Amino acid sequence: MSELKSTPLNAVHRELGARMVDFAGWSMPLHYGSQVDEHHRVRREAGMFDVSHMLGIDVKGAGAREFLRRVLANDVARLVAGKALYSCMLNERGGVIDDLIVYAMPDGTYRVIVNAGTAEKDTAWLQRQARDDAGVELTPRRDLAIIAVQGPQAREKLWAAWPEARAVTEPLAAFTAAVVGDSLVARTGYTGEDGFETMVPAARAEPLWRALLAAGIAPAGLAARDTLRLEAGMNLYGQDMDENVTPFECGLAWTVETRTPRDFIGRGALEAAKPRYTFLGLVLGERGVMRSHQRVRLAGGEGEITSGGFSPTMNRSIALARLPVSAAPGAHAEVSIRDKWLEARVVKPPFVRNGKIIVKDS
Amino acid sequence: MTTPNDLQYTPTHEWIRQESDGTVTIGITDHAQQQLGDVVFVEPPAPGRQVKKGEECGVVESVKAAADIYAPLSGEIVAANGELADAPEKINQDPYGAWMFRIRPSDPAELTGLLDAAGYDKVAAEDQH
Repeated sequence: MSELKSTPLNAVHRELGARMVDFAGWSMPLHYGSQVDEHHRVRREAGMFDVSHMLGIDVKGAGAREFLRRVLANDVARLVAGKALYSCMLNERGGVIDDLIVYAMPDGTYRVIVNAGTAEKDTAWLQRQARDDAGVELTPRRDLAIIAVQGPQAREKLWAAWPEARAVTEPLAAFTAAVVGDSLVARTGYTGEDGFETMVPAARAEPLWRALLAAGIAPAGLAARDTLRLEAGMNLYGQDMDENVTPFECGLAWTVETRTPRDFIGRGALEAAKPRYTFLGLVLGERGVMRSHQRVRLAGGEGEITSGGFSPTMNRSIALARLPVSAAPGAHAEVSIRDKWLEARVVKPPFVRNGKIIVKDS
Repeated sequence: MTTPNDLQYTPTHEWIRQESDGTVTIGITDHAQQQLGDVVFVEPPAPGRQVKKGEECGVVESVKAAADIYAPLSGEIVAANGELADAPEKINQDPYGAWMFRIRPSDPAELTGLLDAAGYDKVAAEDQH
């Protein structure tokens, strides 16, 4: 096996007793003792995640805006400086190459943050699309570290650790970002809680992490990040969608902008084909844990769980699933778990937001 | 945590304690609970069931994964630990105290084929890779 890549915080994770795992070729912390404790800390107080394995790609030049309007299914024309936008990047068949966040930087350029597992593929795809476009300059930013600080106390605790950030980031609305010195701080996240994602020069990652730790922010690993995003009803690339699934088949229709006649890659295929599935949540009525790839059956036919797990907030198993297009919230379903069909209910995600269970339990 | 010397073990990470009434008590090892992470659901075999050595007879599910539990000996299930239904985290907190089920062995000779603490530690060390 080839050597794992490591983030600037690798040694700190080990020092904190993290259980390190191979995630998409990166040595990353799975948990620091108990993933359930870390999950609750984020829901109730504040936790932080090293997500430096994700890649920032700067998009500059006179053609940057029109380039991104062509390669992304959501429309960056919606963005003013300092705003962030969640989008899918599609192939010609309308399949999802990756999901990403694009920031309109205050200087008029853009920064795209892509998944770790798809970073090389995404970079190659973007470079190919920009090949004949002299007005576009792409710069992968492996020199940056990304720390996400999430939870109801995340902002206050971050300001305690980093007082200079307060003045600029206190007025930030959700899904906006500001530059603090040599860093970008955005009010975004992947947990369903308030908080910030900070992009800092690699050399600043460790001092910042230690200051955040001293301010009482709990380190949290990828395992807690997964249960938090699942409760928040947020998709995970590679599980809930991939290149063979369109945004309309994975609950991301809201991210596809089709009101303007803009010609983005994948649009023709999306408009020509009918979705094969609807994408909804499941809550298990019995003891057990739903996992990805388990079969689901309901009145309209069969489906498949794409992300399943245990919800520490709800203390029961929840899942995201590809279901027959006729399926709707409230429907009764059964899930095949270890050779038994267990009862579940179809629901509309998210399950949990801002520390509270919001999924309708009827 | 040190692997207790007064217990026996299987390569599939169960521990076995011989009781004075001739039954054996079974749980999962500290190494096993560490590998699994936070346990959220335990399904022990039902009392009265006859099991064969090596047979799948229960499940431990953590947030991360599901693990089968294998009968370390042949015999009849005579008890299951009902406390774990409401407090599955006891497996993480006290792996050698949180027993899962008891068997009345039908072939006590099978007891001689189990691992001792040192033998199990070797298995666990190899499992780390």
